[in-house]
Amino acid sequence: MKFKSVFDIIGPVMIGPSSSHTAGAARIGRVARDLFGRQPEWAKIHLYGSFAETYKGHSTDVAIVGGLLDYDTDDERIKTSFEEAKEAGMDFEFIPETGHTDHPNTARIVIGDSRSEMSMVGISIGGGKIEITELNGFPLRLSGNHPAILVVHDDRSGCIANVSNCLYKYDINIGHMEVSRRQKGEMALMVIEVDQTVDLFIMDELRQLPNITQVTRIAD
Amino acid sequence: MDVLFRNVKELVERAENENKLISEIMIEQEMLITQRSREDIMVQMERNLTVMEEAVEKGLKGVHSVSGLTGGDAVLLQAYIEKGNTLSGPLMLDAVSKAVATNEVNAAMGTICATPTAGSAGVVPGTLFAVKNQLNPTREQMIRYLFTSGAFGFVVANNASISGAAGGCQAEVGSAAAMASAAIVEMAGGTAQQSSEAFAITMKNMLGLVCDPVAGLVEVPCVKRNAMGASNAVVAADMALAGVTSRIPCDEVIGAMFEIGQSMPSALKETAKGGLAATPTGKWLESKIFGGSVVGSGK
Repeated sequence: MKFKSVFDIIGPVMIGPSSSHTAGAARIGRVARDLFGRQPEWAKIHLYGSFAETYKGHSTDVAIVGGLLDYDTDDERIKTSFEEAKEAGMDFEFIPETGHTDHPNTARIVIGDSRSEMSMVGISIGGGKIEITELNGFPLRLSGNHPAILVVHDDRSGCIANVSNCLYKYDINIGHMEVSRRQKGEMALMVIEVDQTVDLFIMDELRQLPNITQVTRIAD
Repeated sequence: MDVLFRNVKELVERAENENKLISEIMIEQEMLITQRSREDIMVQMERNLTVMEEAVEKGLKGVHSVSGLTGGDAVLLQAYIEKGNTLSGPLMLDAVSKAVATNEVNAAMGTICATPTAGSAGVVPGTLFAVKNQLNPTREQMIRYLFTSGAFGFVVANNASISGAAGGCQAEVGSAAAMASAAIVEMAGGTAQQSSEAFAITMKNMLGLVCDPVAGLVEVPCVKRNAMGASNAVVAADMALAGVTSRIPCDEVIGAMFEIGQSMPSALKETAKGGLAATPTGKWLESKIFGGSVVGSGK
């Protein structure tokens, strides 16, 4: 079941005009910023399908930029996000693509600064709900049926044990887990589907563990 | 994941067997899934209700979108109701005007609560604040109206779709209208089964509705489709309360909606390429509003 809460249906509270193309788009932008860990200096946003055809009418562009600036779906500043981005020194470009994707509302966000860059693919599945399907070329295979967190870490021994121990401490059961890495000893990531919601304080505790770079909730 | 209901049949059976309202089953399921307290959940839903109230009030004062395509119709309708000669009746037009008010605010990038989406955000609050004047519900009953709507929306979202890009307008305004219809029945004292009949009757009359927004804006025809969604919801609720039933069971109607959405061409699923968007006037409006450029820059 992709929609779990009644507030996925009656909600979110948001700035109009579209839950999938505005609120969902803002959320995709915000997850990208969250995963990047700081505000990027530049962003190239590739839009596919319905996103590519109608992004201007739905203010999808304004919303994604708002998300990259860490605005929530009901933040009034979404309306003026282009100006806010200029103030914040974030350059951005939208590229409507003609290629076919599995989902009609797909965005590939490539962001970066002088230190690093990151690419992420998000889809907006309706009513403001989103899924992240790819990070830095790693496909994220999420069933969508359970809450999930994503942990970016250095490829060192003990990382996986530490994370699973911490979840065990709070009685959070892991239903499905995938670990991938680019190369031995480099950046790696864990996608962990769990049976319970991972509270913010647990996320904070995970972040404190050695060799962990980023912890983000990608489905709840 | 353990849930209390996966389809409308299970929802209605549970309500009947436990002698509970559909809204109550939805609240209990929310508590079960999120492990949050009842109070917490009720408070959050009341906040959503308040957002809806404020959006209706704002729309009834008169708003206009940036494109200029929509706005001001809610005001016209209220003035017309006050003259006292409405043909479809004051309650009906009140629901219509409040649905329009909400969507006019949405189109103007105001704050709304998606129910189940932003493009279809007018139907549930529009009908709620209209039937409220006749049924005089408590605040809690108004909050319950949203849980009943949510229970049916939950089934549609998981078993079919609530996305115009995936299933056309039938998935958005169609779902919203059917959800509202079921909630009206509960508020009016109807049974859980009657709620499901109202849902089925409304949805059947929304099947096949395409998503063809002019210039890709959530304005034309979205605002007026919310108006008609609201009227459809009120009529179907009355039919169900009168004892009229749907020959096709609710869950099968939802299944049909999904199938129709799957076979709908993408030109008619929120791509602004077909239907009203592709009419000469639709295209002319698009070029008038957007002209040419596509690349934005923060610099």
